Parts: sequence; structure tokens; C-alpha cells
Amino acid sequence: METIADFEVQYSQFLDPEGKPSADIPALATDTEKLLDMYRLMTVTRVFDTKAINLQRTGKLGTYASCLGHEAAHVGIAAAMRPDDVLAPSYREYGAMLCRGVTMTEILLYWGGDERGSDYAGPRNDFPMCVPIATQCLHAAGAAMAFQLRGEDRCAVSINGDGGTSEGAFYEAMNIAGARKLPVVFMVVNNKWAISLPIEMQTASKTLAQKAVAAGIPGIQVDGNDIIAVRHWVERALERARNGEGACLIEAVTYRLSDHTTADDSSRYRKQEEVEAARTVEPLIRIRQYLMDLGVWDKKKETKLLNDAAAKVDAAVEKYLHTPKPDIESMFDHMYAQWPEQLEEQRQHAIRYGGTNGDSHG
Amino acid sequence: MAEVTLIDALTMAMAWELEHDPSVVVLGEDVGVNGGVFRATAGLQKKFGVDRVQDTPLAEGMIAGISIGMAAQGMRPIAEIQFMGFIYPTVDQIINHAGRMRNRTRGRLTCPMVLRAPFGGGIHAPEHHSESTEAMFAHMPGIRVVIPSSPTRAYGLLLAAIRDPDPVVFLEPKRIYRLNKQDVEDNGKALPMDVCYILREGSDITVVTWGAMTFETLKAVDQLARKGIRCEVIDLTTISPIDYETILESVQKTGRLVIVHEAARTCGVGAEIAAIVAEKGIYDLQGPIRRVTGYDVVMPLFRREMDYMPSVGKIIDVIQESLED
Ligand SMILES: Cc1ncc(C[n+]2csc(CCOP(=O)(O)OP(=O)(O)O)c2C)c(N)n1
Ligand SMILES: [Mg+2]
Repeated sequence: METIADFEVQYSQFLDPEGKPSADIPALATDTEKLLDMYRLMTVTRVFDTKAINLQRTGKLGTYASCLGHEAAHVGIAAAMRPDDVLAPSYREYGAMLCRGVTMTEILLYWGGDERGSDYAGPRNDFPMCVPIATQCLHAAGAAMAFQLRGEDRCAVSINGDGGTSEGAFYEAMNIAGARKLPVVFMVVNNKWAISLPIEMQTASKTLAQKAVAAGIPGIQVDGNDIIAVRHWVERALERARNGEGACLIEAVTYRLSDHTTADDSSRYRKQEEVEAARTVEPLIRIRQYLMDLGVWDKKKETKLLNDAAAKVDAAVEKYLHTPKPDIESMFDHMYAQWPEQLEEQRQHAIRYGGTNGDSHG
Repeated sequence: MAEVTLIDALTMAMAWELEHDPSVVVLGEDVGVNGGVFRATAGLQKKFGVDRVQDTPLAEGMIAGISIGMAAQGMRPIAEIQFMGFIYPTVDQIINHAGRMRNRTRGRLTCPMVLRAPFGGGIHAPEHHSESTEAMFAHMPGIRVVIPSSPTRAYGLLLAAIRDPDPVVFLEPKRIYRLNKQDVEDNGKALPMDVCYILREGSDITVVTWGAMTFETLKAVDQLARKGIRCEVIDLTTISPIDYETILESVQKTGRLVIVHEAARTCGVGAEIAAIVAEKGIYDLQGPIRRVTGYDVVMPLFRREMDYMPSVGKIIDVIQESLED
């Protein structure tokens, strides 16, 4: 017997949990403007997330999926993208969405049960949040195919979780992307849990990055709590894609510090000690420390940032809370380019009865 | 006897069958340690172990496919799909295999499996969590589609579904999972599938419905009763195959038919009921058959979901209209 194929999986971390840089830290690490921008957005994202959970708890928002602990992974991905690239996210990547120009009000509208939350004023070509797990990976591959066919200098990026890597759509997307050298990056945000299923029970695969191997595309694992590592490797992957070298898979390892959603109670299935341990390596601590060590950040700036973030979030919340219900007709008017005449009776029926059905919830 | 909710009754039925039939296995996403996102399988893994009650990786096509594989080899899997909105990857397996295995092997291999899924709107759920697409499964030959609407029927029908030698898609109206309680005796007694259940007897008009809509329908009918209108309310219960006889007999008596369902109107199960009554009972009818249904639109997100649903008011109006024919 001879070995006819050989694979290895690499791991990258530039900032350790204490914010100490490694020797091979990339140029990005000295671009303090970029780092400060990302740190500010990570902080705003966290303030927003805390507020959204409170809104849910006080009955002002529907079920909400927190992004606590994922800020580096999410912001890092989108910060590496160009505005005319396309993002196909799942449902908790607010750091990425905000970075792309989606507004906090839009995110709240979505979780508040209002379709207008997916009609982004900013990134008009980005896909909306995607609840059916991993289906969006194929949309990213398809978007990349459109860019390739039209000869455009654009890339697509999808984001799914560790659980999503078990779905067929995830493999199908990587396979076509490999076969056609599509300009797409598949991001897996491995937060160790898929609701109650720990990663060890999700797969026997030692890493999720190695799932790229069978698709014939490169796969790499990065510390998802290290925003420098995330952004650096997504930038490299996008560069490759733009050079016609095809797709990549990047696994960003992080941890879901929150319950799965506000409808979940994670104390049923995981130990508090595990969560506490993960809290000590969460992503904001290290980048803040690093920026302080560089001398570009201090307590005073931090206080101002938190105040500004709170004000921004409050303004977005006010706008959300004052958005009137969508019109009844809106459930019909966006179904087709033109609502079929033979179905107009249904539309009129709904309008006639509009608002008369009490909320039978509970 | 215990006072239990619909969802408790499902747990009881699964526990009974796990206890009494070693070939029964429960599987699905988050059904083990977590006991299911709605808690339908709460406590089962603790009681019966990780082999009998299994958390699976996240892949619905896989869940359906391995259930078929197990069922064809002598097991009786009860697979949970977390929400009906995520059932679509199973359709390939269900239509191309579960519904055909017996026929294409001339009975050599069979598929005694249950695919459970919560469905329907009205609980402020996120996107893709509120649809009612039972008609899609009713259209597939070779499988049964069952929808319980009370704790008693949930218990008896789930037992029947598990014991049935053929595949059953068992759809659970999640809005009424905890709406009311009934005394349900945990005695392992199944209730018959393939038959309708008559919830109210009456001679003025027949109203056929199922799932959570039985509640709106009964409220409407009770209000009409105060005006002296006697409606016969039939809970279809087994969506496929449909027990036409009970419906036709009722229409023979009342001469009028209204069908109420939460699912979209076009090609909903109501259309099939209307067709069969038109074929076999048209001379009994004193006026047109009418439907109260969801609209032919994507289920709105929750700020408008109640405007999508058939309401007590809509049902009353249509019944009264029918009585004027
Ligand atoms: C196809 C599909 N199946 C099931 C679900 C229900 N569900 C929502 S999130 C989730 C777990 C997802 O885990 P993972 O992919 O790791 O992402 P995370 O939520 O951890 O970010 C499940 C099972 C779904 N949304 N879509
Ligand atoms: Mg996860």
C-alpha cells in the first residue's frame, strides 16, 4: 500500500485570551484604526444583544437568539468583506450584519414578527437571516456562481453553525464550490453546541475544518474569539477567491455563552462551570487588553464607548417600538410581482376581517 | 387517572410503548437530555437510556432515512422533527421510500415508523415555525397522516400510530399542546385511526375541522348554539386516508357543509373533502360547500399571524351564510 493523499488541518490564533500577541501576528494587528473600529462594533453588538434579551423578557420582542460570545467571529467575517460582496448568514450573526450596514431596528423588527426587518436599507443584495439550518450555504454558492458567470469581482460568504455542518446542504454547497472553483467562503462558527447537542455528539470529526477535505477545498480552523485571526483568514480566503482560486472553509471556534434562544434553558443540558470557563476566554477581553497595551485604549474611552453604544441602541429600540404593525394587505402584496386577480377575493376577505382575531397566544 | 395536557399525553404514550415494546426507539434533535424543545420526550432518556432515546445530529433527511432503515429491519422508530418547517428534507425519504417500501417489495420490507412534528401558528414563533402543510403529506400515497386535537386522542392515536405496520406522519397542533387537560388513563389502549371523531352532534349543518382549529370551531358552534343553531362538528383526525363515510352520513342528515382549516386554501385537505362530498353526496346538499381557511400566502410573521388564521368570527359568519342558502 502507498499513501496517495495526505491531509492536515491548521489552526491559527494571533491573540491569546490575555491579549498577548504571537510572534507571527499579521499586519492587520498594527492597523489600530481597523482594530478600534472592530472593537467598537463588537461592543455595540454586545450592548444591543443585552438589550434585545431584555426586550424579549419584558414582552416587547419575540423569541430571540443571542450572539453573546460570538462577537469576534461575526464582526471579523464581515469586516473582511467588501461592500459589494454578498453575505448569507444564519440567524444570530448580528455583529456581521451590523458591520454590513443592517440596522439594529431591522434586526428587532425581524424578531418582533415584522417582515420589514428583512428589507435591508443598507446591504440590498445580502440574503436575509436563514432559519432552516445550512440551506443558505447553497445560496452563497449560487451567488458566487452568478458572480463567476458574469465575470464580476465579487465573493459570497455564508455562515452556519457546528450543527449545520451535519446537514446535506452544507456538503452539497462545498462540493459544487470545489468542483467549479466558486468565489465563496463558507464560515462555520463552531460555538460547541447545537441547542442541547454538544459538538462531540454532532460528529466524530476532530475538526469541522477538515470537512473541506472531501470537497477538495482548503479548510482551516481559527480561534473564533480572536478577531485578528478571524478577519485575517477571511481576508486571505476572499483574496484567493477573487484570484480565481476558488472556495475555502473556515471554522471559527468560539462558545455560545447564552442559552440557544430566549425559549431555551441551557441549564437542562450543560454545566455552568463549562460556561464560566468559556467566559474567561471570551472575545472582547483580549482585544480590549491588546488595544490598551498598544496605548490606544483606556478606561475613559471605554466608558464613552459604552455610553455611546447605549444611546445608539436606545434610539434603535425606540424606532422599533414605534413602528406600527404592518398593513394586513402586506401579507398578500409581496407574494408575487403581481397578486393574481383570481385570489383577490382572499385579500378582500382578510382586509374585511383585519384585526378582529384576538391573540390566542397562551 | 391523571389530568394531563396534550403534550403530556404524547409523552405518556411514548413511555408506554418504550416500556412494552423493545423494538421502539425515539430519536431526533434535542429529544434526549433536553427532552425535546417542547418537552414532548421529557424524562424518556433518563428512564429508558441513551440507546432507546437518542439525540441525533442535525439533519432531517438523515433522521427520516435512518428511521426507514431501522423500520425495514424490525425496529419501530418514533422520529421527532423539531418543527414542521424543517420537515421538508424528509420528504424525499418519506415519498420515495417510506410510502413505497411495502408496495415495491410486495410486502417483503415494510416501514412501521412514526414521524412526529409540531405544526401550526398562533404561538408567536419565529419565521418557518408556524406553517400547516399537512396536505402535502396527505397527497402522498402509502402513508397515514394523523392529527390529534385532545389529550385523550393524542394518547390513543399515538399508540395506534406506533403499532401500525405502516408509516404514519403524526402532526401535533402545538398551539394546543398545553391549552387544556383531560383525564387520560395510562392503560396502553390505542384509539382507532382512519376514522373521524364527532365532537358535537347536530342536525343543522356539518362542520369538518382538525387540529387546533377544533377549538375555534367549537367556540363558534357554542355561540351559535345559543341562537338555537345545532352544528355537527367532526374532527377529521386522520387526514389521510379520510373517513368519508362519517362525513357523508352527517351531510345526509344536515344538508350543509363547512370545512375549517388553518392551512392555505389552495389544494388544502378541505378541497379533497369538498370533492368527495360533491362526488358522492351532492344530492344531499341544500347549498354550496364552504371553506374557512388560511390564505394562499406565506404564513405572516407573528405581528400579523392572527389575521391569517381562521377566527371564531370568520367561522360564525360562514356557517350563518351557509344556513341562509
Ligand atoms: C433544518 C433545521 N432543523 C432544525 C432546526 C431547529 N434548530 C434551530 S437552531 C438549531 C441548532 C443549530 O445549531 P448550530 O448549527 O450549531 O448553530 P447555533 O444555533 O449554535 O449558532 C436547531 C436544531 C432548524 N432551524 N432548521
Ligand atoms: Mg452551534
